[in-house]
Amino acid sequence: MFTPGNLLGWFGVVALFGWVSYAFAGWRPSLLVTSVTLLLGVFGLWTEGLDTLIITVFSVVISIVIGLPLGIAMARSRRVSGFVTPVLDVMQTMPSFAYLAPVAMLFGIGPATAVVLTLIYALPPLVRITEHGIRSVSANTIEAGRSLGVTRGQLLRQVQLPMAKRTIVVGINQSTMAALSMATIAALVNGPGLGRTVVDALQVLNVGKAAVAGLAIVAIAIMLDRTTTAASERTEKSTQGKVASVGYPGLSSKVMLEHLPRWATEDAGRGFELPRLTRAGRRLVLGVLLVPVLAAAYYSTLYLQLATFPDLSEVPAIREITGSALAGHINTVTTAFVDAVSGASEAFKNFVTYGFLNPLQSLLATSPWWTMALVIAAVAVILGGRRPLLITLVCEAVILGTGLWNEAMVTLTMTLVATVLVMIVAVIVGVGMGRSRIVDIVVRPLLDGFQTIPPFVYLVPALALFASSRFTAIAAAMLYGIPIATKLVADGIHGVSATTVEAARSTGSTTWQMISKVQLPMAREALVLATNQGLLYVLSMVVIGGMVGGGSLGYLIVQGFSQGQLFGKGLAAGIAITAMGVMLDRIARYAAERYGR
Amino acid sequence: MARGTRRITTVVVAAGMALGLAACGGGNINSSGSSSAAGSSAKCGDLRIAVNPWTGYVSNAHVIGYVAKTKLGCNVTYPELKEEVSWQGMASGSIDTVVENWGHPDLVKKYITDQKVVVDAGPTGNQGIIGWYVPPWMAQKYPDITDWNNLNKYADLFKTSESGGKGQLLDGDPSYVTNDEALVTNLNLNFKVVTGGSEAALITSFRQAEKNKTPLLAYFYEPQWFFSETKLVKVNLPKWTQGCDDDPKKVNCDYPPYTLNKLVAKKFADSGSPAVNLIKNFTWTNDDQNKVSEMIANQNLSPDDAAKKWVEANQDKVNAWLK
Repeated sequence: MFTPGNLLGWFGVVALFGWVSYAFAGWRPSLLVTSVTLLLGVFGLWTEGLDTLIITVFSVVISIVIGLPLGIAMARSRRVSGFVTPVLDVMQTMPSFAYLAPVAMLFGIGPATAVVLTLIYALPPLVRITEHGIRSVSANTIEAGRSLGVTRGQLLRQVQLPMAKRTIVVGINQSTMAALSMATIAALVNGPGLGRTVVDALQVLNVGKAAVAGLAIVAIAIMLDRTTTAASERTEKSTQGKVASVGYPGLSSKVMLEHLPRWATEDAGRGFELPRLTRAGRRLVLGVLLVPVLAAAYYSTLYLQLATFPDLSEVPAIREITGSALAGHINTVTTAFVDAVSGASEAFKNFVTYGFLNPLQSLLATSPWWTMALVIAAVAVILGGRRPLLITLVCEAVILGTGLWNEAMVTLTMTLVATVLVMIVAVIVGVGMGRSRIVDIVVRPLLDGFQTIPPFVYLVPALALFASSRFTAIAAAMLYGIPIATKLVADGIHGVSATTVEAARSTGSTTWQMISKVQLPMAREALVLATNQGLLYVLSMVVIGGMVGGGSLGYLIVQGFSQGQLFGKGLAAGIAITAMGVMLDRIARYAAERYGR
Repeated sequence: MARGTRRITTVVVAAGMALGLAACGGGNINSSGSSSAAGSSAKCGDLRIAVNPWTGYVSNAHVIGYVAKTKLGCNVTYPELKEEVSWQGMASGSIDTVVENWGHPDLVKKYITDQKVVVDAGPTGNQGIIGWYVPPWMAQKYPDITDWNNLNKYADLFKTSESGGKGQLLDGDPSYVTNDEALVTNLNLNFKVVTGGSEAALITSFRQAEKNKTPLLAYFYEPQWFFSETKLVKVNLPKWTQGCDDDPKKVNCDYPPYTLNKLVAKKFADSGSPAVNLIKNFTWTNDDQNKVSEMIANQNLSPDDAAKKWVEANQDKVNAWLK
C-alpha cells in the first residue's frame, strides 16, 4: 500500500532505520533495530512487517499529537477530565469488533480504516498516563515555580512537562503496544501488515505460519519499546547539560575516535581510556555516516538484490529460521505437544467446567435478574465501599437495557473463573520470580511474548486441546491475562524491603512462612492491582473467546460483525460488555484503594 | 587544523569503501526489465476483487485474478474483507467484484433490488451444500447415523461439558444464518446447539474427532478444502422442498442447495473493462475449486502459484471464459 519497499530497497531501509535509531537512541538500539528489520526479511515477511511498523508508528504519532494536549488539558481542569474520562473508558472497553463494520464503511477499506481503528485503541492509555504524569508533579515544585512568578505556560513547559516526561514516555510505550495489538483486528477490514498473515494462516489452520508472523510482531514490539525508552533516556541526559555518553558510533573503536578532529572529542574523564564525543563531534560522525546510508538507499533502488529481500531458504544455518522452515518446526512441536497432553487437558477442562463453571453459571444466569443485580450491588459495597454503588447501578441498568442480561451473566461467570485461575498462576509464578533472579530472567521474556503475540496464533492449539467450549475461551483469556498479573505480583514481592525479609529470616521463618506470612501480605497492594489488571485483560478477550466456544456476548459481537442484519444485536452486546467492564473496573479500583493500603 | 583535515579524509575514505561495498551485488533493476505493465494494461486498468475469508473463495478470486492479470493485463488487487463489508465496498466504489456469494437475500434486496448499485454476474458453477456432518469413522462404525431419525439413539455419544446432559450439536461460523436451534426443536431431537464460533473451531474439532475417534456432530458446508483432507459424512435431514424453510421458527427440513454466484459493482459493470466479461463467463466445478484450495491449504502454495498451476493445466476452460 504505502510501503517504503516500493520506493526504497530493503538494503536502503535497513541502513536508514539503523542510522535514524543511532542518531536518536544510540548504538545499542540501532543494533537492535537493524537485527529486527533483518529478521523480518529472514522470516519472509518484509513487506508485511514494514506495513505493520508504518501503521503503528503513524498511529502513535497521531496519538501523541492528539493525546498530549488532551492529557495536559485534563490534568489542568477537573471538568475536562470528568468529561473525557468516560469517553476513554468506552474507547478502551468497547470491543473493536462491535464497531469494525461502520468504521470500515466511513473510512473506506484499507490503511485509513486500520489507522482509525488503531487510534481508537491506542489513544486512551497515552492520554491517561499523560494526565497522571502531569498531576503527579509535586505541589511544592509547582508552588515554588509560581512564587518565582512564572506564567502558566512557562510552568507547563519548563516545570511540569520535563518532570512528567518519564511517565509520558511510559504512556507512549503503552500506546505503541496497544497499537500493535490491533494489527490482527485491522486485518479483518483489509488493514495491511502482519495481522493479515496471521488471519490468512488461521483460515487454513497453519499454526506455524501464524506463529512466525506473531513472533515478528513481538520482535517489533520489543524493538519499539527499547528504542523509545533509550531515546527518552538520552534526551534526558542531554537536557541536563551532559553530552550523551552513549555516543559511541556502532563501528567505532579506538582507531576511529583518535582519527577525529580535535574539536570532536573531549576527555571522557577519569577512568575512561577513550576520549568522548562532543556535541559537534556527534554531528560530524552522524553526518559522515549518512553518506554510506544515502548511498545504500540510492543503490537499493537500482539493484534487484538490494531491493527485494533475498530468498535465504538455500543458505545453510539461516535456512532453518526462514519463515516456512520455522513454521514447519513450530507445527511439528505444537502437534507433538497437543498429542502428549490432550488426555490431561481434557480431564482438567472437565474438572474446572463441572466443578466451578457450571455451578457458578447456573447460580448467576438462572437466578432472576433483580436478585443478581442486588447481589452484585451488595458485593460492590462490600468490596469498594459506598463509592462504586452508583456506577454499579447505572451499569446494571445499561446491561438490562440491552436485553442481554442472561448472556452478560454467562460472560461474567467465565470472566470471574478466568480471573481466579489467572491469579492462582500469577501468585505462584510471581512469587517465584520475585524471590529468584534466575526464574525472573527465564520467565519474563516469555511473559513479554505472550502479552504481545496476537491471540489468534494460539487459538488453534487451544481448540485442539480443549475442543470448542467455554473453557477454551477461559484458557485463551488466561494466556492473555497471566503475563500482566504475574509481572505485577513479581514486582510487588520484589519490592518488599530487604530489611523486613532479613528480620523474618533471622527469627527462623521457614520458606513457606516467609512467603505466606511476610512477603505476600506485604505485597498486598501489588496483589490487588494485579487482580484488577488481570480482570480487565481477561474481559478484553471475551470476543476472542466467542470464536472458540465461549458463546454469550462475545459470540454475538462476532456475529454482529459478520452478518449485517445482526449488527444491532452485536452493538448491544458491545455496549453490555463496556458496561460490565466499567462496572468491574470501578469496583476493583475502589476495592484496591480500600484494601491496597 | 591540518591534522584534523587528514583525519576527516580517513573517515570519508572509510565511508567511500562502505559505499563501494553497497554497490556490489546483483543485477541492475533497470536492465532486468521488470516493467511488465506493457500493452493491454491501459485497456483493463485496476481490478479490485474482494477476498472473503474462506479458502474456496480465495481460489475463485486468485484464478480469476491470475487470468485477468496475465491475459488481460489488469492491475489486480485483493482487498481481504468479510462478506457484508465487501457488499458495502461495491456500493461505495472501493470494490469491483465479489466472486463467490452465498445467497444473502437481505443484501441482495438492499444493494441489487433497492439501491441498484450491484449486479448479479451469474453462477460460479459451484454448488453450496450446508448441513450436519459427522467424521468418517463414525459413519463407518454407526452406518445408520446418517439418517436423522436415528440421531436421538446416539445422543448420549455426543454429550460434552457444554451440552448440559444432551447431545452436542456444534454450530458454526458466525457468518452464516443457521436454522439449527429451530431444527433441533421441531425435529424433537435430544440435542443442544453449542456455538463453536469460527470456522477454525469447526475444522479443529473435526480434525481431533477423526484423529482420536471421538464423536462429533457439527454444522459444516461444501465446497471446503477440508474435504480434501477428511471426507466428512453428511447426516440427511428431512428433504428440502420449496417453502419448507420460509418461516425461520417452523423449519423442519434440510438446508436448500445454494447456487453460488458472482457479483459486480454497477459502476464497474458499465466501465467497459474486459474483466467484466471474464467474471461473467467464469464457471467451474466443485472439484476444480477443491483442487486449487487444497494446494493453498495443504501444500502451502501461495494463492497465486496455485492459480497459475491450475490455469496452466486447464487452458481449455480458461479460453472459454475469455470469449
